[in-house]
Amino acid sequence: MSPALLSIAGLSARLKRPPHTPLLRSVDLEVAPGEVHGLVGESGAGKSTIGKAILGILPGAIELAGGTIRFCGEDLLAMPAGRRREILGSQIALIPQDPMTSLNPSRRIGDQLTDGLRLKRGLNGKALEDKAVSLLRDVQINDPEAVLRRYPHELSGGMRQRILIAAAFSMDPKLIIADEPTTALDVTVQKEVLRLIRSMQASHGTGVLFVTHDLGVVAQICDRVTVLYGGMIVEQGATADVLAAPSHPYTAALMAASPRHDQTGSGMQPIPASLTAALQGELARHGLERVTHA
Amino acid sequence: MVERALPEIPRLGGSVAHRGMPSWLKGLRREPRVVVAGGYLLLLLLAAIFAPLVSPHDPLEQDLMLNTLPPAFSAGADPGYVLGTDSLGRDIASRLIHGARVALTVAIVAALAAGAFGTVLGLLAGYYGGWVDAVVSRLIDIWMAFPPVLLSILLVAMIGTGLTSVILAIVIIDWTRFCRVVRSETLQQTRMDYVDAAVVLGRSRWTILTREVLPNVLPVVLVLLSLEMGIAVIVEAVLSFVGLSVSSDMPTWGGMIAEGRQIIYHGWWVMVFPLSLLVLTVLAFNQLGDGLRRLTDPVMRR
Repeated sequence: MSPALLSIAGLSARLKRPPHTPLLRSVDLEVAPGEVHGLVGESGAGKSTIGKAILGILPGAIELAGGTIRFCGEDLLAMPAGRRREILGSQIALIPQDPMTSLNPSRRIGDQLTDGLRLKRGLNGKALEDKAVSLLRDVQINDPEAVLRRYPHELSGGMRQRILIAAAFSMDPKLIIADEPTTALDVTVQKEVLRLIRSMQASHGTGVLFVTHDLGVVAQICDRVTVLYGGMIVEQGATADVLAAPSHPYTAALMAASPRHDQTGSGMQPIPASLTAALQGELARHGLERVTHA
Repeated sequence: MVERALPEIPRLGGSVAHRGMPSWLKGLRREPRVVVAGGYLLLLLLAAIFAPLVSPHDPLEQDLMLNTLPPAFSAGADPGYVLGTDSLGRDIASRLIHGARVALTVAIVAALAAGAFGTVLGLLAGYYGGWVDAVVSRLIDIWMAFPPVLLSILLVAMIGTGLTSVILAIVIIDWTRFCRVVRSETLQQTRMDYVDAAVVLGRSRWTILTREVLPNVLPVVLVLLSLEMGIAVIVEAVLSFVGLSVSSDMPTWGGMIAEGRQIIYHGWWVMVFPLSLLVLTVLAFNQLGDGLRRLTDPVMRR
């Protein structure tokens, strides 16, 4: 396997205030160049916390309690703020969860789309506009010249998410953190956006850490998958293997809980209480408790 | 396998364009009171600026032979004095126009200064949080515990009368109105994902505050400014009513109301005209502010 693009080792996080409730417990994770790595788990499992820790946008109430996040061999947590700011945006980009709040309502699409190119690449004038137009073409938006002049509220959620995808790929980053990019969209738009991310990722050779709660999405887009529960990794491996033969009962339960359109009448299976109890026991052995309010 | 599982990507866009009328003009048609109130205030402002040119008489010129002349539409009126004269024979219309100078100077300068001060503190408190927010918030709590009109009278009595003192008193009292609202608005905007997106791009906190957050807070400040101007007009009138505003050789609406109050039984117009203009002006500022809020709300914060 090629050397890791992103390599997280022993990452722990907790609440800043006592009782310092742990949110991540010694998480190890690797993303190879050009790989789509799924990060699944239910609400509060800590999947978004990992994404935010990489990007340095953890909420003020959460602190990291140990571990390293290496990007191309450099530790993001140990490096000076200036170097970190250089890497963020140009080599690591974010596709955010909610297209409604992720674009500044008072700035034109064109300005927001090209922030990175202006700030980091020093592009301006005609070159910048041409690049912006081609970026929007890449994400299949018609009449890009007109869209560039619009404000976010004039566009639909699906279009905004495409613009955010275009912005993330604009700097040709090595790694993209996709933080539940399809959760806020309806199902038909979801599929288009997934396909778009997959095709953009493949053509740019970008590594993607794909945070989601949806195993169906994982099956469609991810090469490898990490399953989280209560801030702890319960299973990790190639998507096909994990989904075909889950080694951990939680993964199996999560799969059973996903609605399937190919088996009518089976309904949804809640995660059995016995399993939850077993998992709680496993957490307790690590000195953890499940966070229900994150 | 992955490629096959997903449908074709349809193209989006092109249909979002609305051609023709610019959107701000459409908004004005939806909120006619912005046009009416704004138009009235613009007219008043022009009259105040060009007061020496548009007033029919010298506002200080006394003629005791012509005292308490009724307005032009009543019997025994002098057509040269459209709104009549006061007990010293001064032309009321001219005094109202010159009084607008004081009223609008106070309104504009005091509102802008209070707005600037309160907005800066509110932005800092909302964005940086922590002890900055704690200090600013407690300061606001203490400030709001004082009754405003009494405090303004006390302040002007202490720092002396005059235009500057009136403006200063209003700024000292009313910055909290801006600060409170801007703080909570900034707090809300700072939690938006676009702020995180800007951090990820490597923008500095200062740039994020001034370029990303501030433009989203400004519509609220604009609305507050308009409302604050109405309040400033009232405070100035109150202070000149009790004789704590500018010196008596400058006509003020509050001063005119005070003079008219003494002769209300044989010359109602001396008090009614300045009072009506005052009410109308404050109403216009409030309507303008309300209209602006409706104009900026649904579009900007959807």
